[in-house]
Formats: sequence, structure tokens, C-alpha cells
Amino acid sequence: MATEVQTHGLGEAYKRKEDARFIRGRGNYVDDIQLPGMLYGDIVRSPYAHALIKNIDISKALQVPGVLAVITGKDLDAAGLAWMPTLSADTEAVLALDRVHFQMQEVAFVVATSRYAAADGVAAVEVDYEPLKVVVDPKKALDADAPLLRPDKKDKQPTNQIYHWETGDRAGTDAAFAEAEANGIVVKQDMYIPRIHPAPIETCGCVVDYNTATTKLTVWMTSQAPHAHRTLFAIVAGLPEHRIRVISPDIGGGFGNKVPIYPGYVCAVVASLTTGKPVKWIEDRSENLSSTGFGRDYHIQAEIAADKNGKVNALRVHTLADHGAFDAAAQPTKFPAGLFHICTGSYDFKHAFVDVDAVHTNKPPGGIAYRCSFRVTEASYLIERIMDTLAHDLGKDPADIRLQNFIQPQEFPYRSALDWTYDSGDYEKALRLAMKNVNYDELRREQAEKRAKGELMGIGISSFTEIVGAGPGKHFDIAGLQMFDSCEVRIHPTGKGLARIGVQTQGQGHETTFAQIIAAELGMSPDDIDVEHGDTDTAPYGLGTYASRSTPVAGAATAMAARKVRDKAKKIAAYLLEVGEEDLEWEPGRFYVKGSPTKGKTIQELAFAAYTNCPPYLEPGLEAVNYYDPPNLTYPFGSYICIVDIDRGTGAVNIRRFMAVDDCGTIINPMVVEGQIHGGLTQGLAPAMYEEIFYDEEGNIHGGNFQDYLIPTSMETPAWELDRTVTPSPHHPIGAKGVGESPTVGAPQAIVNAVVDALAHVGVRHIDIPITPWKVWNILKEKGLAAD
Amino acid sequence: MSKQHIRVTINGTVYEDDIEPRTLLVHWIRDGLRLTGTHIGCDTTSCGACTVIVDGKATKSCTMLAVQADGREVMTVEGLEQGGKLHPIQEGFHEMHALQCGYCTPGMMLTSIAFLGRNPHPSEQEIRVAISGNLCRCTGYVNIVKAVQYAAEKMASSEQVPVGAGQGGE
Amino acid sequence: MIPGSFDYVVAHSVPEAVALLEQHGDEAKILAGGHSLIPLLRFRFASPSVLVDINRIADLEYLREASGTLRIGALTREATLDTSPLITTRYPILRDTSIMVADPVVRNWATVGGNIAHADPANDHPATMLALDASVVATGPSGERVIPIEEFFTDSAFETTLKPNELLTEIRVPSPSERSGGAYFKLERKVGDYAIAGVAAYIALDGKGLVTYAGIGLTNVGPHPIKAHDAGNSLLGKPLDDTAIHQAADLAAAAAQPNSDDRGPAEYKRGMVRTLCVRALRKALERATGGK
Repeated sequence: MATEVQTHGLGEAYKRKEDARFIRGRGNYVDDIQLPGMLYGDIVRSPYAHALIKNIDISKALQVPGVLAVITGKDLDAAGLAWMPTLSADTEAVLALDRVHFQMQEVAFVVATSRYAAADGVAAVEVDYEPLKVVVDPKKALDADAPLLRPDKKDKQPTNQIYHWETGDRAGTDAAFAEAEANGIVVKQDMYIPRIHPAPIETCGCVVDYNTATTKLTVWMTSQAPHAHRTLFAIVAGLPEHRIRVISPDIGGGFGNKVPIYPGYVCAVVASLTTGKPVKWIEDRSENLSSTGFGRDYHIQAEIAADKNGKVNALRVHTLADHGAFDAAAQPTKFPAGLFHICTGSYDFKHAFVDVDAVHTNKPPGGIAYRCSFRVTEASYLIERIMDTLAHDLGKDPADIRLQNFIQPQEFPYRSALDWTYDSGDYEKALRLAMKNVNYDELRREQAEKRAKGELMGIGISSFTEIVGAGPGKHFDIAGLQMFDSCEVRIHPTGKGLARIGVQTQGQGHETTFAQIIAAELGMSPDDIDVEHGDTDTAPYGLGTYASRSTPVAGAATAMAARKVRDKAKKIAAYLLEVGEEDLEWEPGRFYVKGSPTKGKTIQELAFAAYTNCPPYLEPGLEAVNYYDPPNLTYPFGSYICIVDIDRGTGAVNIRRFMAVDDCGTIINPMVVEGQIHGGLTQGLAPAMYEEIFYDEEGNIHGGNFQDYLIPTSMETPAWELDRTVTPSPHHPIGAKGVGESPTVGAPQAIVNAVVDALAHVGVRHIDIPITPWKVWNILKEKGLAAD
Repeated sequence: MSKQHIRVTINGTVYEDDIEPRTLLVHWIRDGLRLTGTHIGCDTTSCGACTVIVDGKATKSCTMLAVQADGREVMTVEGLEQGGKLHPIQEGFHEMHALQCGYCTPGMMLTSIAFLGRNPHPSEQEIRVAISGNLCRCTGYVNIVKAVQYAAEKMASSEQVPVGAGQGGE
Repeated sequence: MIPGSFDYVVAHSVPEAVALLEQHGDEAKILAGGHSLIPLLRFRFASPSVLVDINRIADLEYLREASGTLRIGALTREATLDTSPLITTRYPILRDTSIMVADPVVRNWATVGGNIAHADPANDHPATMLALDASVVATGPSGERVIPIEEFFTDSAFETTLKPNELLTEIRVPSPSERSGGAYFKLERKVGDYAIAGVAAYIALDGKGLVTYAGIGLTNVGPHPIKAHDAGNSLLGKPLDDTAIHQAADLAAAAAQPNSDDRGPAEYKRGMVRTLCVRALRKALERATGGK
């Protein structure tokens, strides 16, 4: 039975197993699914940002050939489904009842026999609106004359303020600032991080199939968290959970966009339950950008108290959070501002205080999305920007200010002033490697020479700390579901394995990387272990993939499950080899007797024995499951350096070079890690210079389609340069930390810091993103630096 | 409005159908013919996920009516593998890890094939220009460029180029 | 995303297309490249009853230089201009323009005639044609008439002096004289976008290096494509030195009528007209005096 097995350990650039179907165009995305008798749903949406609904006339729509039904809020209300709970203890409208709260809000759901008929039906629905005063500026949401946007919850919440949240030591921080005002330096900076949208290339959608004979509801869905969605469907729709099957087939990108439950899904469920037929709903891109979960929209006031030499002491942050019309932000329930209080970053602050005021406006719901690790993008942005401002005000080099203030390697595990315990890190090592790679000192020399000639060149650094792997069940839950994750491994008699995990790839390569984890533990080939996920009928319960949690949590569960399998295999080996377990040694793929290496059994032989010659005191079979409750989060980190040149004629910023040094602990597959970093950096470039969603005074969206929402192409995107350090996580079974979101967390401020650095010599301290050519040009004009 | 009869060759097979003139080519391919490898990613002709090759030209199939394809030859991603052998571009995408979620991949590959047919020895910058009408959210384009370079080398050194591939030109 | 219904007919010749336009009037739209029309149909911003597909009229697609004129068949694809050796060597300003239209895949189908006839002030060719003093040929039931480009656009966006029963069939560009050159510079937020501002400049010099012809056209800084007459006229009879270039650029900026929008504040666009005009004139001079 023993054959020569090709094994791959961790750290191998193993080519991806999932590629085989994608390169052949044989992926199975939700819109690829076609079932017999399938109907199509399409949504009527409000052109107004805030209006009463006086009347909905569906009569013409019902005349359109192919249209079978038009569901309105009133129809849903009769079933108690017009409103649904959000992941943030609010409620949101499924279909508007008496009023609409944001432009493009869902008003009616047309069900038809074809995609085209459904669109015709939507065009034929007539809605009478009475426009109301609109609130788009969150700073005005609490004005005395601001309309109350959520009269539906006025008893619980009498103003447009959703919550006030604070953390840290207010008194100690205030005292530290007083001291610094007197004897040190206080640096303040206001920063606005605009609304952006994850915009995966595949939009959201579902196919819902209610089988009237079996009463089983099957939902194929663009879902990053199929189990959580199943449980929520059960609770919200009052359906028995064992009769709901959620399947995430292939997902064309998520980035947090596919975590919330959208009205389209609920309407499709209702339509399928009512008609007994499959119903497909797929949104257009315009619908996706204009109504689904956005990211950011934080108005931040940050302050640092430091001594005159630049040693930081205290950080104080106040934020106004614009959550749109419904608080549907997807984050752990105990943290309404997500993990924003990681904002002390890589630096040793003795005191810190953060508070966040969240308000409603007439905009779509959301807030936590776009590769943000639960608001870590906002946190890292503010600290990296204000550290640069501190350097600027003191006349110090931004690299020096960081090196001076980094948490030192020997201080880990490090308890931050805002109560996070960082597992491991070596920030200085990463920054010095980045500096060496770009020849930092030489660049500063070049900058000085160029400045003398009137040329504008900038160097920007970002030394970020990430916080991912949510999380320990004691503190972390999504809608009450603890944020553990899981893996089930089963080895078949002939030595091949099947594993199922509770997370859900949207391109991260789990079929390959998780197979590698098991392969490494069992000394098998990743080819011999297939990894499945996404089907709630078969996969063990998990909380899904977002916030870079898959490797830290499900990856840990996978290693642990594989180890259980190995432990059982060891018992079988002891039995077959007639020795005690303590007499056995392990080498990848094989147990052998200490001192007699030729006496051994391969994992394949042991698998076979588990079914054919199992010890009488053990259960037959060879499988294990692990539900992993992580003891802590993990803290990837890195240092990025960006070099820019500014065109004095147009204000255009050219990124000459971008060096990214990342540390995600143990690397499972360096090729996959690099791919994640390339993509994440590009999604960091995007908000820094291109993407923005904003609203005019009437609440009309700007950036609601791909003509205006500027996704970078191959031309805007630099040739990213990558390097790494490796600082394993001490508490993770394989020392891995996760990496998917690090680059999006770390990159934007490196770019902003570079542009500001290019103009620092004329007194520029900050430019809000996105850094457009005209913002830069206005500064050039103002400073007399504009040229041809 | 009356239906039209069309006859279109896709990946070497002739398909006939009676369709409404307003039917977008991408919908006809996907929903009508069940060739679902070509994808839809936007509604403003911006993303290129729907790119196929029509009469040798890379074409955003969301911005062409199926009736316009009458009598024409179309290549979709399903036509790249021939006799169990992958097209060099498919190999390149796999070898260079140029795909993650896979959604933009068919369009990206078809654009690249049409491009390499016109420009068999491109520079990196020329490749970036050529794929600038195709958006990717996952990869940051670095490995996609490498995949196209891989395919260019393979196609240049190979004598046998798969049927229909590299038939670029205006 | 999904268009409303319409009828569709293929025209196999120009007379057939014209006859169909005559028959259907306002209810018909010409379908050439379709990359302006079909997006409008998908958002139901336009709802014609019938589309007349002219893509099968093979003899509407050509590039011919003869007797001092470059004749561009209206159906010529942008991609053809991108790669034509004739255009690259003798009319590089046209290639400067075509490569900035949308993206390379769109350019496989988008036509020069469509770019001009659609009369979107954001389209790129109008400014270049204004700078070149081009003309277009309109073919109707009673035959052809030649329309100088300045008489083709009106003061309103999306409006031309084509009659409802006329098809734009050819664009005519004067062949370059010995010491002439031009360039088109377009500033865009990203590849594939319309212009923040675009400037086309074309100049001709006499033996002494004095300007004998200067045409400057502006993209997307007004309700229609703009010819900056004062700017061009200011160069006549002068050497094309930096002073003259800057003066012309100032006048070009003054001729712009930009709106503030998502592509930038009006003041910025005006400033970019100035900057791009300087760059375009310098490049035009370079090309006129032997550079590429």
C-alpha cells in the first residue's frame, strides 16, 4: 500500500486547485444557476433620498407580459417581514412602507417569467412620492431643525443619533494632553475618510428554491457567511432551520459586500415561498453601488500628545460616524465601532481615549466593509497620518519618529492603552527592511536635490498594525453567534481526504491553502485532500470569511482537526506495530518505531486500517472535527513606503514606486499571500486617489455606477513590490496570522503621506482622500508652485 | 416588437435562435445558450467581464445586441481548451496565479488572446494598455501581466497555436 | 440594465440606410459601434422604435489619402486609427485622439463617425476635427453635401446640423503641409473616462517659422465642442515661441465654458485647458519641425 507520496509543507507556492474550473469558464456563480420553471425578480427603487410614499400603482406592471406578481411593503407587512433586524441591533426596511430613507431604496419586487419581463415590470410600476427634507451632512443630523429620519423607533431613539461609544482612559488622557500643552507638543488633525464601496466584480444575488413537497428551502446566495445567514433566515422568517439550506457556490469577490442580508434576498425568499417556484434575483452594478453595504464615512478628529523630542504619550480621537438610514454595519455586536480602537497602532502610547458618535443620514446602510477588518482601515489611517503630522511639526523624519515610538519586540505580548493584547511583532525590522529596499537615505537626498530645482517628490511611510482573526467567543459574536470556526476532516480507506470548513472563500484560495494545512499536518499531498465549503447542509458551522479571519480561526481549526486525525492514526499505528504510543516517532506521512525506522506505517496504511483492521477499543473510521475558539486575535503588521512625483502642471500624482513589507506570521502559500497583497494594495490605492461615493444636497448619489466610481485599471495600478518578514503568532497552532486585508489597511496612508511629504516644505500638513489632481493643483496654485 | 432569426457560430458550433432584437449578446450567450463562462459585472460597459471575441475582435458582449452577431464568429472562454489541451493563456493564468475569484478571468483572457494576435511580443506597458478595459478587483493586475507574458512566450515558441486563438486584427 | 423593446433592421448600403431614416424619421436611430447608443438604451434614456444597423456596409470603413485630403469612412473603428501606419506617420494627432477614446476593447467597435455624430461634448474627436478644420460628408435622399466641421456642431450638446434623414458617411481632413503638426492631450481621472479637459492643437509654419495656420479645439469644457478662435488667431504670423504659446493658452482657457462637476471644479478645468494647450502646442511644434 505504501507509495511514494509527494508532500508539500507550509510555505510552498503550490498552484491553486480551484483554478481548473475558473480558467475553463466552468465556475458556478449564482447567476449561472438555472432551475426548471425559475422566475426572476427585479426591484423598483426610489429616486428620492427622503420621501413619503403616497401610492404604489402596480396595475400597469401586472399587464406586462411575463409579470406574475408585484410585492410591496404592505404585502410583506402582513407577514411581519416589511422590516428585518440588522447585525447592529437596528431594523431596516425590506420594502419601504410609508416612506423611503435613501435614494435607490427598495420599494417593490417584481416577479416575472424572464429577466427582461421583470425589468419591463419594474419600468411600469408607478409610485407617487412626496419629497421630504433631506439630511446628507452628518454634522447637521443633530441640528434642532433636522427631520427625524427614523420615526419608526422614536420611542427608543428620539434623535438621529444612533449611539455614543467610548473607550479608554479619559481622565488620564486629558491629563497627558494638559501636560503636553504645557511642556511638550500637541498635534491635531481633522481627517475625513469618505464613503467607498467594495464593488466586487460579481454583484449580489440569489436563487431561492422552496420545495413545496419537502418544505425545504434552498438558497444559493452570494454569501460570505452561509451558516450565519441560514440561522438569521430561520429567525427572521420563522422557518425551521433544518429545512433551510444555504449554499454559497463560487463567489466572485466579497470584500465585505456579501456579509449583510439584503432586501433582494428576503423578497426572493418570499416570492419562492409564495409561488412554490425557484426565484432568481441578481442586482445590477448601479443597484450594488447605490444600495448595498458601503465602507468608511468617518469624520475623525485626532490628537497626539508628545514630548518635545517626539516621544508619544497620549492619543485622543473623536469620530462622527455616518451610518446612513439604517445601522446595518456588520461587526461583532459588542463593538459598535468595530476594532477602531486599535488606533494606537504600532506605537507605545501610555494613554488613549476614543469616542464615536454615530448618526443617521439619508444614505444607504452599511459602514463596515471594503477589506476593513472592522474599521481597522480607519484606525490605521488616522494614526499613520497623525504620526506624520507630528514628524512634520517637529521637523523630524517620518521614519525616525516611528522608530523612536515603536513597540519593541521584547514588549510582546503587548497590552495597548486601549486594552488590546498584541500577540507578536517586530515593527522596526519591517520598517528597516522597507527602507533598505528603497534606499531610503538616497531617496531623501534625491528629494532635497529635486526640491532645490522646484520638482516635487514625496516619500510616504505607513507602519501599520492589523488586528484580525475575530475572535474569542467571550467577546466576539455576530448577531449573538460566537465567532469560532471549524473544520471537519475525513480520510477515506484508500488514503484520500475530504475536509469541510466553516469559512467561505471569495477568491482567497481556501481549496488550496487549507488543503496545504492538512497536508502539512498529515504528510500527505494537497492533491489528496479536497476542501469544500459553503453548503450549510454539509459544512460544519462557521462564521464565514471577512475581516481576514479565515486563516487565524478556521485555519487553526483545520490544523487542530488534522492533529486529532493524526493522534488517532497514532493509536492505530501502535496497535498495528504492537508498541506503545510513546514508542512511536512521526515524520511527515508516517509513524515509525523509535530506533527501528524501517518498522512503520504510512498515513495511507493507517487510514486503510481504520476501516479494515481497527483496534477493537477504538471507533472505526478516521475523521475528526474541531470547533476552534481562538484565545486571542492575531496582529499582522507591515511597513509600506510610497514614492510619488507630482506634475506641477496638472496636479496629477504619479506613484513612482511602492514597496510593501508584510508580516503575516507563518506563510501557508507565498504565491497566494503575494496575490492577496497585490489585490489589497490596489484596494488601498483606490480610496487614496480614485474611489468615492458622495451625495449632493438632495441626496442624489455620485459614484453610483462604474463610469463614476473609479475602480483602478491596469494603468492606474503600480507594479507593486513586495517583501516580507515572518513573526509567527505564538498562540496560533501554525503561527499564522492572516493577511488579506493588511494591504488595504496599510496602503492609503502611505500614499497620502507621500503626497503631503512632497508639499510639506511649503507648509502642507494634510490632504483629505481621495487625492484628486484638482485638490493638489489648488494647493500648487495657492503656494505659487503651479507650472506648465 | 418582432423577433429576429439569427445564426451565430460560437466556438465552432452554429447556433440558431429567434430572439427579441433588444437581447444583449451576453444574455443570449449565458441564459439562452447556457454558456455561462462569460460574466456580467457592470451596466456601463466599464468592467469587461463580458468580453468575448467577435470576428477576431475583443468585444464587450453587454454592449452588442445578439442580432448584431448574426452571421459572425464568436469565441468564448468555453472554446479555449482544444482536445483536452489548455490554451497558453489559460496555462499562463494558472502558472502565474493571475486569478483569485475567477470572475473577471474569462474576459481578461479573451482580451489578452485578441491582443496577442495583433501584438505577439508586447512590452509590459503594452500589456497594461491592452487590458485597461478589463477590471479586476482581486489581483492588482501584477500577475495578470505575467500571465500574458507567459502566454506570449509560449505562443511565440510553439508552432501549433490552438484553433481560433490569436486570430486578432481589426 | 435591460433595454426596452425596439425593432431592428440591417442596412446593407448607404442608400438603404438613408431610405430607412427617411421612412422612420425621429423614431429611428443609427446603430454603428453602438457603444454610446446601447448604454443609453440599457438605462432607457433613449427609446427609439427602430434601430438601423449600418455595420454591414463594408464600404463605409476606409482610410484613403488622395489629392490633399484624408478621407475617413464614417464606420472606421477607433482601433484602426490606433494602429494604422498612415495615421501614425502622417496624422499622429488623430492617433493621439483615438487612443484616448474609452478603452481598447470599446475601440474595436466604436467608430470615428459615431464619435462625431453623437455630438457629446465629452467625445474626443470633435475637438481634433475643429483644430484640423475638417469637414464631414452627410448623405441624404438627394445625395451628398459637405459640411465644414464648424457648421456641424450646434450650441447644444448631442445636436448636429445633420438632418433626420441624413447619414454621416465620411470625414475629410486636409493632408498635412510640409511644416505642420498637431497633438491632442486629454486629462482623464482614469483610463476609460471622459475628459476632465482635452485640447487639440494643430499648426502650420512657413519657411521662416512663422505660424500660417493654427487651430485649437477643446473637449468637455462647454455645452458643445469648442473651437478657441481667438487662441488660434493669436498665433498667426508669429513664431511659435513660449510667449506666443502662453498667450494662446490663456486665450484658449478664456474660451472654455466649463462646469464644476465630478471631474473637477470649473476653475481647475479652465486651468487644465491652459496647461494642456501649452503642452499640445509644444508637441505640435515638435512634430512640425521633424519630431514625432
